[in-house]
Amino acid sequence: MNNYPLRTYLFILIIVFVSIAFALPNLFSADPAIQVSGQSGEMEINQSVMDDITIALREADIDYFGTKVDGETGILRLRDIDRQLYAKQVIQKKLGLEYVVALNLAPTTPEWLARFGASPMKLGLDLRGGVHFLLEVNTDEAISKQMDTMVRQVRTAMREEKVRYESIKLIKRKQIVAVFKTKTDADKASSIIRQKFTGITRDINEENEFFVIRSKMSESEIKKIQDYAINQNLTTLRNRVNELGVSEPVVQRQGKNRIVVELPGVQDTAAAKRIIGKTANLEFRLEAKPGSSNREKFSFSDSYVRDRGIKDAYLKRTVVITGDHVSKASAGYDEKGTPNVNISLNSQGGARMHRMTRNNIGQRLGVLFIEYKVRTKYNIDSDGKKVAASERYVDKKIINLATIQSALGVGFQITGLSSPREASELALFLRAGAMAAPMYFVEERTIGPSLGAENIALGIKSVSIGMFLVVIFMLLYYKIFGLFANIALTLNLLILVAFMSMLEATLTLPGIAGIVLTVGIAVDANVLIFSRIKEEISNGLPPQSAISAGYDRAFVSIVDANVTTLIVAVILFIIGSGPVQGFAVTLSIGILVSMFTAIIVTRALVNLSFGNRSIEKLRI
Amino acid sequence: MVNTSIINFMGQRKIASVVSIFLVFGSIISFATKGLVLGLDFTGGTQIEVGYQDKADLTEIRNYLAAAGYENPIVVHFGSEKDVLIRMQGKPEAGLSDNVLKALRMSQPLVTLRRVDFVGPQVGEELREDGGLGMLVALLVVMMYIAIRFQYKFSIGAVVALMHDVIITLGFFSITELEFDLSVLAAVLAVIGYSLNDTIVVSDRIRENLRLLRVSTVEAVINESLTQTLGRTLVTSLTTLLVLSSLFYFGGELIHNFAIALMVGVLIGTYSSIYVASNMLLVLYLKREDLMPPEKEGIEFDDRP
Repeated sequence: MNNYPLRTYLFILIIVFVSIAFALPNLFSADPAIQVSGQSGEMEINQSVMDDITIALREADIDYFGTKVDGETGILRLRDIDRQLYAKQVIQKKLGLEYVVALNLAPTTPEWLARFGASPMKLGLDLRGGVHFLLEVNTDEAISKQMDTMVRQVRTAMREEKVRYESIKLIKRKQIVAVFKTKTDADKASSIIRQKFTGITRDINEENEFFVIRSKMSESEIKKIQDYAINQNLTTLRNRVNELGVSEPVVQRQGKNRIVVELPGVQDTAAAKRIIGKTANLEFRLEAKPGSSNREKFSFSDSYVRDRGIKDAYLKRTVVITGDHVSKASAGYDEKGTPNVNISLNSQGGARMHRMTRNNIGQRLGVLFIEYKVRTKYNIDSDGKKVAASERYVDKKIINLATIQSALGVGFQITGLSSPREASELALFLRAGAMAAPMYFVEERTIGPSLGAENIALGIKSVSIGMFLVVIFMLLYYKIFGLFANIALTLNLLILVAFMSMLEATLTLPGIAGIVLTVGIAVDANVLIFSRIKEEISNGLPPQSAISAGYDRAFVSIVDANVTTLIVAVILFIIGSGPVQGFAVTLSIGILVSMFTAIIVTRALVNLSFGNRSIEKLRI
Repeated sequence: MVNTSIINFMGQRKIASVVSIFLVFGSIISFATKGLVLGLDFTGGTQIEVGYQDKADLTEIRNYLAAAGYENPIVVHFGSEKDVLIRMQGKPEAGLSDNVLKALRMSQPLVTLRRVDFVGPQVGEELREDGGLGMLVALLVVMMYIAIRFQYKFSIGAVVALMHDVIITLGFFSITELEFDLSVLAAVLAVIGYSLNDTIVVSDRIRENLRLLRVSTVEAVINESLTQTLGRTLVTSLTTLLVLSSLFYFGGELIHNFAIALMVGVLIGTYSSIYVASNMLLVLYLKREDLMPPEKEGIEFDDRP
């Protein structure tokens, strides 16, 4: 008795070998690298660009190796991670602003491993450093914008159909209220709204001798607009993040109206935040004539005030075009060497720009930079405590006000920017597209690279020491059976790592805690089995039967116990966010794997050692 | 060696009940009066961790921050004397961390930025709600699973034991004023899983013995089952505590409280699987007949792995 068929042993061996292969890439640590790409897709990164870079690096005395070019991006590896930031500066200086130079980590998985798809585990931000942002999309803004347009369209429709109305107004930014004198007018209006406008509800009432139609946006329409706004923002964010040239960025929707952005390895967090978080747009408006009623006062941007000493100006309320009409934008310098942005408009924008500027030569055209921002306000709550609340506001500043020399068309330049950085960022925003709805940071976490490296070191240390203690204890307490349990435990870790690598799951610090806990819990199955075998022996069963009975009887307890822990882990994963999920993932995989290693693998080892033999006495 | 003498666990059940009730009420009172020291994850706010080359002088840091216009930031050592955690209300406005760093570099040019966390107040509030909800859902699902696998009296016993463990672990954090953050919440949920693990192994044995030992009283069966599983309970708790102490000592400051929560939870969970869950079975008058119907399905499991 106590024998497994050959196929079971083979099955275990195959799993061990596959796991070793998939776990292996984790032993090769990544190289610090620099990645270079063009600002627009048309720019080619070829060998001559790389040659420029390597010359510059040699001049700066920075060691590099393993350069690789594929036309769109070029990558080169560095020997020393401390020189990474400096190398980036050197390369950026050499290539100029048209190139995106980004820090990266290049995996060192050997070719033969990479060929069958093995890759190292992804490390979470807390282990490799980087930034995590949670942005909230203000979809209400998108909805009220839509309602705004609709009110105007309803009015136009009523005039076209010659329906007489007292007033048509938007109330609280979400309800259209139309007032009519007669019931016939109201009925007619109601049927026009039904025919021409989808997605809004109608509700007619007689109030104070007037007939009032109240229209609201339907729930499904609201959801449609919200989804549209968030998807548009996601696209824009992805474009921007791609421009940053970060490796393995995450841009994901989370919940109803939030977006997570994770940029591993990013060290210049201030720049990342500027580029990710800016919900900027441009508006081109003509300068208003003094005394005109159609005018609005705006301040100039700080750099404009500093350079020219003028504080504010009046612009017309009418917008010529917005940043949405921009099809291409790139940063550069004008003949005087000051930074500018070259802009190409789409045909619609170009036509509008041409019409407006043709008739207004000699007047001044203003460029308004619009940003949605958040500031902290302190309120006093009912207990008299000071509570911080975020308040959202729109910041509109004039970045340029220049005289129209001739009719503008599809292509023109924006000047008056204070620095090359400002120019390249403005170009980036215009290229990447505008946000459909403003966004605000609701969470932000930055982990410095040194802390990340430290966390990995601590993680490895605590796993190995924890494991060492358990291994020693099991050996002392269960002798040869302890050895089996230890082999199973090691295999458990190996398979766990292989699984995580295969699933491309992300390892985080709480994830390591989950692994450590798995080490503690995984031996539980073996402890259950072994104590059961001990019991059966003291109950007088012969060793072979005791082993068999021990495994059989303990099985139910092990399954019940592990299923409940698994339930908790799954719930943790569903409701938890980032860090909690990392813990839940490793814990659940660990538990599942431990069922295999602690039961089948140890049984195989026991069978191999004791099966088909007559044993007088079992030391356990 | 295991079966030599049966320990009369249930003989002490009155004392155990008093101890448990005392601990639970003590925790609730501390909870109600002192509350928990909630971490940034739940309260919202900003914290900045910076690293110095040598021992950092907190008073000096406070002075420099005050000079730079930051009122009443909380400045504490974090993990070692070289690392400092600065906590502020509100949001890292553009360049807050840069400005703080600049202010600190005036006294110590070699200070490095280790991490910046900002959590908006609404996110913190949601996390608080989700965390509470998570615990409730976990308890309910587990209760259902045990009711199906065993019987409702077992599931009440298990859930009472779980609540006992969770309340006392939370109480421990309230009394010691250790910071309760997201990782600690995860630990408390893991305690639910762990304590359940223990309780189920014991319940499993009670169920098995109730069917085998037809002559003994329920109390005697429980005593025998607890004695039989005692070795396993202690060994598993010990191995888990071994790895947790490794996390506690070597895992770094960020998972320090996580390790503490789990250690407290494992200790309480071990105690509760012996005294609380089984005690509840007696309180609920568990009878042999309660487990009769499933007996037809067979108690001898021969489904080998």
